Amino acid sequence: MTRYLLGRIALALMVALAVSALAFLVLRLSGDVAIAIAGEGARDEDLQLIRNTYGLDRPLLVQYATWLWQTLRGDFGSSIYFKVPVSELVLQKLPTTIILGLSSLTFGLLLAVPLGVAAALWRNSWIDRLAMGITVVAQALPTFFVALVLIMVLAVWARWLPVSGSGSWLHFVMPTIALGYYVMPPFMRLIRSNMIEVLSADYVRTARAKGLPASRVIFRHALRNAIVPVVGLAAVQLGFLLGGSVVIESVFALDGLGYLAFRSISYKDFPVLQTIVLLLSVLYVALTTLSDIANVWLDPRLRNA
Amino acid sequence: MAAVVPSSSTPPVAAEPAVPPTLSRRRQLWRRACANRPFMFGLGLLALIVLLALAVPLFYPHDPYAQDLTQRTVPPVWYARGTWEHVLGTDALGRDYLARLLHGGRVSLLISLSVVLISGSIGTTLGVLAGYFSGKVDLGITFLITSFLAMPSILIALVIVSMVGSSLTVVILVLGLLMWIRFAVVTRTATQQIRALDYVAAAQAVGASRWRIVFGEVLPNVMPQVIVVATLEAASAIMVEAALSFLGLGVQPPTPSWGLMIAEARSYMFFSFWLIAIPGISLGLLALAINLVGDGLRDLFAAGSRN
Repeated sequence: MTRYLLGRIALALMVALAVSALAFLVLRLSGDVAIAIAGEGARDEDLQLIRNTYGLDRPLLVQYATWLWQTLRGDFGSSIYFKVPVSELVLQKLPTTIILGLSSLTFGLLLAVPLGVAAALWRNSWIDRLAMGITVVAQALPTFFVALVLIMVLAVWARWLPVSGSGSWLHFVMPTIALGYYVMPPFMRLIRSNMIEVLSADYVRTARAKGLPASRVIFRHALRNAIVPVVGLAAVQLGFLLGGSVVIESVFALDGLGYLAFRSISYKDFPVLQTIVLLLSVLYVALTTLSDIANVWLDPRLRNA
Repeated sequence: MAAVVPSSSTPPVAAEPAVPPTLSRRRQLWRRACANRPFMFGLGLLALIVLLALAVPLFYPHDPYAQDLTQRTVPPVWYARGTWEHVLGTDALGRDYLARLLHGGRVSLLISLSVVLISGSIGTTLGVLAGYFSGKVDLGITFLITSFLAMPSILIALVIVSMVGSSLTVVILVLGLLMWIRFAVVTRTATQQIRALDYVAAAQAVGASRWRIVFGEVLPNVMPQVIVVATLEAASAIMVEAALSFLGLGVQPPTPSWGLMIAEARSYMFFSFWLIAIPGISLGLLALAINLVGDGLRDLFAAGSRN
């Protein structure tokens, strides 16, 4: 187990390093940072001065090494637009995005688990077909469109919720639904197929043969085993939710990391963007690594795989 | 050298085995397809959307760019104020909404096709290479896949598009370069499975070169899986393009795109909700159709290989 653990952590660190390089390259190669700082139509002397002070005239590799070294020491630079340290800005917005990510994940799972279990128990019945129908439709609806429909129905017509902004937990309700419904389909499909597989397993037949009540067989024996692979998917989906919050936070003007990223794009605020991209990637790597380790810990059979 | 090809050079039909006891593979597939109702529904819906988007603008009288400020936000025909002149009404600049919707559909179809062609070529090449050559090549490509998976792709796409400058071409290129991962993952596994099969060993024994095996044996046999991924990725390309255009970093005005139409209608949605409902539902229907076709193809191919 220790060997597996060390290997997995080493791989995660290598991926994080590669991602940091990729993120750095993508941002540097797609535009001129000096022009972004100075604005279009700036004088050449000014551009030269900016390139000099920010070290943009040095080789790319040197720039990356410098940036990486500073980042590792916890210095993320300061925002060009907001004129405050990036770390301060990002730490201030991060909780909102994490709360949104976790609540959407919970919302998605609360829909997916009962639907998936019911669909597996009554396979090929109308419940199964309804559940599959819901997932197919949910997968096809764009999140921002659902967000606007929610605003119309819940905020404008029913007047139950605030249209946009942040501040109270009420501001999280619509973003949670708008993000959460979109991660529901993969969970529901996974739970359904796992349940179908597990329900035909020998130990479930044994449990039934022993005369255990159906509910106990379903929840204690079947569901507990069917839910294990969901942990891995949940980690991947949470990473996706944190990244996908750009669109939803922008629609609802919810003051989190995604909305900050969206505004930083229009201000061409490179240090902020670089930090957000790096942070989201590292969070994803950490989440998937943890879930892999958790899976191996839960299922010792995987250790030698 | 006879100018006329002698008829005896074509192999005689009688040499082929007698009529097989079962239906031909293609007929079997078609039968199973017809029995799969969600698949047929998706296929029909997709054909309808493609037909409408490609054919109707050819004779539809309204221009999607022509503004008529005397005819602003005319509601669709089913509203009391609606007219048959503008069946789906007009937008805030008085442009015919049906014309814009149909042209927007063309944009969505164009984007999904081109993105899938680019990302499919990249992903399939990498996946087949990794699966066939294993060892260091596989390690390197798997590492690349893992790294790309970790990056927030929508955010990256937004950043690149905003820096390079947004246009249809840029959106297609950026999405094409970002969306190859699923192709690579699926073809890698498929290639690993195919490599262990007897016909690959047979080709090797006959002395076929590596490249001949890759192109002649492996590639044709991973194609069904590539097609399934391509269908599902086409739908997500449409969704991502719509999201980018919605945020103002995709297709630029005045080009009609469904995402952009929703963005443009946002300030009018409290009074004219249909302005966002029509492109939104169209997006949903197109993605639904493509996803149903993709799911159906996966089931069909899976059932086909089991027999």
